[in-house]
Amino acid sequence: MPIKEDHTITADTFLAGIWKENPVFVMLLGMCPVLAVTNSVINALAMGLATTFVLLCSSTLVSLLRNVIPKEVRIATYIVIIATFVTITDYVIQAISLELYNALGAFIQLIVANCMILGRAEAYASKNRLLKTLTNSLGMGIGFTIALLSLGTVRELLGNGSLLGYSIFGEAFQPWVVMILPPGGFIVLGAWLLLFNWIKERNAALTLANERGTS
Amino acid sequence: MTQTVKTNQASSMSMLITLGGVAMLSGLLVVLTWQLTLEPIRENQRIMIEKAIFQVIPGAVQRQSYALSDEGLELIDPKVKKLKKSEMKLYAAYDKQGQLKGIAAESAAQGYADMVRLLYGYDPQCECIRGFSIIKMAETPGLGDKILVDKTFLANFDALDVRLSADKKTLQNPIITVKHGDKKNPWEIDAISGATITSKAVGKAINLGAEKLLPRLSAHLEKLKLMQTMPSTQVPKSTKEKAE
Repeated sequence: MPIKEDHTITADTFLAGIWKENPVFVMLLGMCPVLAVTNSVINALAMGLATTFVLLCSSTLVSLLRNVIPKEVRIATYIVIIATFVTITDYVIQAISLELYNALGAFIQLIVANCMILGRAEAYASKNRLLKTLTNSLGMGIGFTIALLSLGTVRELLGNGSLLGYSIFGEAFQPWVVMILPPGGFIVLGAWLLLFNWIKERNAALTLANERGTS
Repeated sequence: MTQTVKTNQASSMSMLITLGGVAMLSGLLVVLTWQLTLEPIRENQRIMIEKAIFQVIPGAVQRQSYALSDEGLELIDPKVKKLKKSEMKLYAAYDKQGQLKGIAAESAAQGYADMVRLLYGYDPQCECIRGFSIIKMAETPGLGDKILVDKTFLANFDALDVRLSADKKTLQNPIITVKHGDKKNPWEIDAISGATITSKAVGKAINLGAEKLLPRLSAHLEKLKLMQTMPSTQVPKSTKEKAE
């Protein structure tokens, strides 16, 4: 019954989260923060880093305890572990900057409900050794942050005419307010998904054509 | 049969141990972090309020903390965190020469997501609110938090009228938040379209605070006119703490 553990760490272990299994663009996990806090670059970055931190800490603990946790209570245990690190992050952000804390609002606490983290604990950390888990989680965290940033950049640029708070288009620019509002999140996410899938399909078609050409 | 019962028992024991252990570990980690971050967070909050005082009262450079109760007005140590229920904390802000520039106090009202806690600045000379600053809120980023940057909205607080009625018991005109573009009187707040609920919360918080504070304060205003120093050992204490 136990799945045989494969301890080899390859570049793919790390890169999976950034491209092939990107939590946002491929697995469509953790949509709540993706849509909610990406209305500016700084919010997206802070949220991405906070999520990465929680992801790394919780998968470390889950990976270390993977042989101890009975499978009947594993989900409850994972949630307690994740909630612990979210609370810690919450306090740490308050200690670093109250302004940032106020900007992120309720979404820090909502990291608990981010299914990407629970998904990593269940699908990866509970089956792999610490080092491999850490490598993979770091890749996933970076992939998640990149995804948040790609949404945040577009939304802040179009919705506010600025990047990181600096005005880009000048006073004459009429911002598309809808981009900062919730519908903008869906529109931009949809556009990115379209782009991603188009690239993927084109690559698949190219490989297919190449195979046909050689055979 | 007996064997399955046995393994079941063993496994519920291990479940209990795992859950209990993880919960204890989690408790330990959270309490530890709470302990470690308590001081920085308090300090951050203090700095935030301090910055906010000078932001809501233009021209002020120094301040004193007071507790206002039915018994009167009392100078207190700014580091004191807890006040009695009947007491209200307020900050009197002064310019370089020690002349009173304004009075700041905290207030709160329900916003869209959570309570909006703010500090407002009162100018006794024009009997108006000169500004406000948010201490804590959880309003939608990009929407509700426009109350901090929207120029037309902030213009409401150039001189928001809070004159007291003739008998000094209440405000002459309660502060009300009106729909964007409908502001006609100096005691009305022009809401931000798209962030009406948060705009209303700001108006409500200031109205609540002013209605409670200003009538009680009016009798003591003379006392605040000139900056006083703490009768006890306030100055040496603060220097001592700096040295530490």
